[in-house]
Amino acid sequence: MSLPEQTLHSSPHLPPTNSVRRMMILVILALIPGLLAQVHFFGWGVVVNLVLAVATALGAEALMLRLRRRPVLPFLGDGSALLTGLLLGLALPTLSPWWLIVTGAAFALIVAKHLYGGLGYNPFNPAMVGYAMLLVAFPREMTAWQPIGGDSLGFLDQWRYTLTGSLPAGLDYDTLTAATPLDTLRTALGMDLTLNEIFAKYEHLVSPFGGRGWEWVNLWYAVGGVALVALRVISWRIPAAVILTLFLVATLFALPDPDLRPSPWFHLFTGATMLGAFFIATDPVTAATTPRGQLIYGAGIALLIYVIRTWGGYPDAVAFSVLLMNLATPTIDYYTTPRVFGEERR
Amino acid sequence: MRRRLWHFHGGLHLEGHKDLSMHEPVAAAPLPARIVLPLAQHIGAPAEPEVKVGEKVRKGQRIARATEYVSAPIHASTSGTVVAIEEQPVPHPSGLSAPCIVIEADGQDEWIERQPVADYENLDPSALRNVIREAGIVGLGGAGFPSFIKLNPGPDKVVDLLILNGAECEPYITCDAMLMQEHPRRIIDGLLIMRHALRAKRCIIAIEDNKKVAHTVLVNALQEHEAEFIEIVQVPTVYPTGGEKQLIKVLTGKEVPSNGLPIDIGMVCHNVATAAAVHDAIAEGTPLIERIVTVTGEALDRPRNLTVRIGTPFSLLLEAGQWRETDTDEVLMGGPMMGFAVPDLDVPVVKTTNCLLARPRSQPHRQPAMPCIRCGQCARVCPAQLLPQQLYWYAHARNFDRIQDYHLFDCIECGCCAYVCPSHIPLVQYYRFAKTEIWAQERQKQKADRARQRHEWHLERLERRKREEEERRRRKKELLKKSKAAGGDAAKKAEIEAALARVKAKKASRQAARANTENLTDAQKQAIAAVEARRQRLQKGGDSGDSQ
Repeated sequence: MSLPEQTLHSSPHLPPTNSVRRMMILVILALIPGLLAQVHFFGWGVVVNLVLAVATALGAEALMLRLRRRPVLPFLGDGSALLTGLLLGLALPTLSPWWLIVTGAAFALIVAKHLYGGLGYNPFNPAMVGYAMLLVAFPREMTAWQPIGGDSLGFLDQWRYTLTGSLPAGLDYDTLTAATPLDTLRTALGMDLTLNEIFAKYEHLVSPFGGRGWEWVNLWYAVGGVALVALRVISWRIPAAVILTLFLVATLFALPDPDLRPSPWFHLFTGATMLGAFFIATDPVTAATTPRGQLIYGAGIALLIYVIRTWGGYPDAVAFSVLLMNLATPTIDYYTTPRVFGEERR
Repeated sequence: MRRRLWHFHGGLHLEGHKDLSMHEPVAAAPLPARIVLPLAQHIGAPAEPEVKVGEKVRKGQRIARATEYVSAPIHASTSGTVVAIEEQPVPHPSGLSAPCIVIEADGQDEWIERQPVADYENLDPSALRNVIREAGIVGLGGAGFPSFIKLNPGPDKVVDLLILNGAECEPYITCDAMLMQEHPRRIIDGLLIMRHALRAKRCIIAIEDNKKVAHTVLVNALQEHEAEFIEIVQVPTVYPTGGEKQLIKVLTGKEVPSNGLPIDIGMVCHNVATAAAVHDAIAEGTPLIERIVTVTGEALDRPRNLTVRIGTPFSLLLEAGQWRETDTDEVLMGGPMMGFAVPDLDVPVVKTTNCLLARPRSQPHRQPAMPCIRCGQCARVCPAQLLPQQLYWYAHARNFDRIQDYHLFDCIECGCCAYVCPSHIPLVQYYRFAKTEIWAQERQKQKADRARQRHEWHLERLERRKREEEERRRRKKELLKKSKAAGGDAAKKAEIEAALARVKAKKASRQAARANTENLTDAQKQAIAAVEARRQRLQKGGDSGDSQ
């Protein structure tokens, strides 16, 4: 006796409780508080960025899946391309032209993800590769951030600007844009100003607790990130290592030199620190996977962030730090293989 | 006093589904008309049949004997007639057939004469082990390793702790829980016997804390004994606490060495059902011919536990559980985490069949596998602290050297990694594949080694033969020299003559054989006769010339 038309399945036979799609959706949901804060402070440009980046990412993913003869719908539905698009969109300045966004997203998906073998095989975080490529190729466009509290564009004006580059009457590009807090700080420090003088002079841009507006954005990203840790979607080790190491290093340099080195709080709540710590550095495909390896990986990212921010020439350091540590991931994993049950303690 | 407990790494909190099969007491399954007893129901060498087709056998009679140390005999589980000794489908994921003894039951269910051991405490442990071995007892928790071996610590090993494993951590399975609830005394008596065989200092019966009734019943039963060296411990319900190494860690905080055995750290672990079987063998003289099987699943209307004769077909038990055949998607042997789907439902219950699980069609299956995204959830739950994704990577790449560096053989195949994998990769299948391949390679290598050795032996034999030949020749020469020196000329001459006579006789007979002279014309015959005559003449002349 046997059951008709039986297909046998292998163990375990309990229905699955987890999926790539579920994990990606949870990550995306956890992004929302920070994302909303970013829209609140920086206007419709964020939304336009996201729409264009996500649309391009999904289109490029579908195209590449088709070309690689992979099933399109299951992979498109896993949410990974959507997440890449979102992360890149959030990282781009609010006055980016459309081609900048589309180029970055297409490069991220086509080159950084699919040419390296697609989901699970890419050694570098695709969104960060896209961002780094744009930063290297189009440095001027990559600084087109708006300050908070300045003039802002309406929803339709924002679309028109992004797609055509034309601004409404009475507004011009130079009054709309301003340097990012980190750029401001670097330039001002280069002019031999002390931190107190800088905070007084550029009060609308920076404060001792981070860039104006950015401190809230970072806080909300951290809230979403902690939720992900609590749900065990991401491990606590990478964000904890990033945050703690950055805090320690910044303290170490700020203590003897408080006039010239911003406080650890400033580093934690400026730029993409929290977005990077909880959402970018934790990309499972490109991060270290062993417990000790994750601590090393996170600490490495934080060190590089501090070094690049303090002595480097780029507006923010998260993308390059993550990419450099991606490079080290296989080696880190190899040398941090955990002790197996019953093995002598090392 | 509450005992201190430890944790093992990882594991899962799974829904138990145990109530499903615990509403009714254990009942006897119907006696099947035909019993099929595979010769290999255990780890080790298959048993060797001792009966012939047509022979009458009685219940409990040994019908196949253990051939090697690691092996177990098989007993008839009812009385009847042996109708076949042949390949039959056995419970195996591939639907494999294997040699079996088939008995047609006569319905009498007539016992052989059983010989209980009256006073096991005065029996030597090795004699005790032999009784247990002869009863065909193997680990009933699932692995089926011959139990007497695990009751033999060896001369230089001391057993500090004997653990009876009543954790039964896998969902749906309740046969051990029911056994503990209904037969606590058999278990405790079995434990005492095992303790005697091992000369163990302390004993623990470990039960997961979701089996309150079993715990209470055992505690009460233990009070009748004065055995302060036995402790009954509740352990947290975490899958796979029932894994031997995991249970030891939870109870003692010690880890069995990688690639090692519990005995290496002075411990031995047996299943509670095995203890009950040991009791039956000693106290009643009953060999292992039946066991409790959980027949459960949402595709049954009457899931329950049944006492089942080894060799009973699965289908009979499913019927006893009132299964809805059309609603059944697949039937598993074992639990949902480690069990396997059985393609043929007429396969027999074997000694290691603890559970039949009939899954209904309504339960979703795993979706198709996606690529590994290295999320590390698998490593987080792995109770052996392995890196499952790394193992998967190397199994996928058939890199069987590297995969062993990552301790493939410490994998207990519990399925935790595959359960949590967001990409639904059947990880355990990959590990089983890699293990099988490595075993195959090792066998291949052994074979090659043996062939090389045989070749070397062959060369050596040739060499030796040559040496012996030379030796023989040398000795003969010496002998010859000696006889010459003795001056035996006449003897020698006689010898030579005898040899010549032999040669002549041979020649004559050969010629007779050669004279194939049928179908010849008369002229030819005459010519031949003339030639023969001439030859004879010449030979005679030659002979006479020689002899002078």
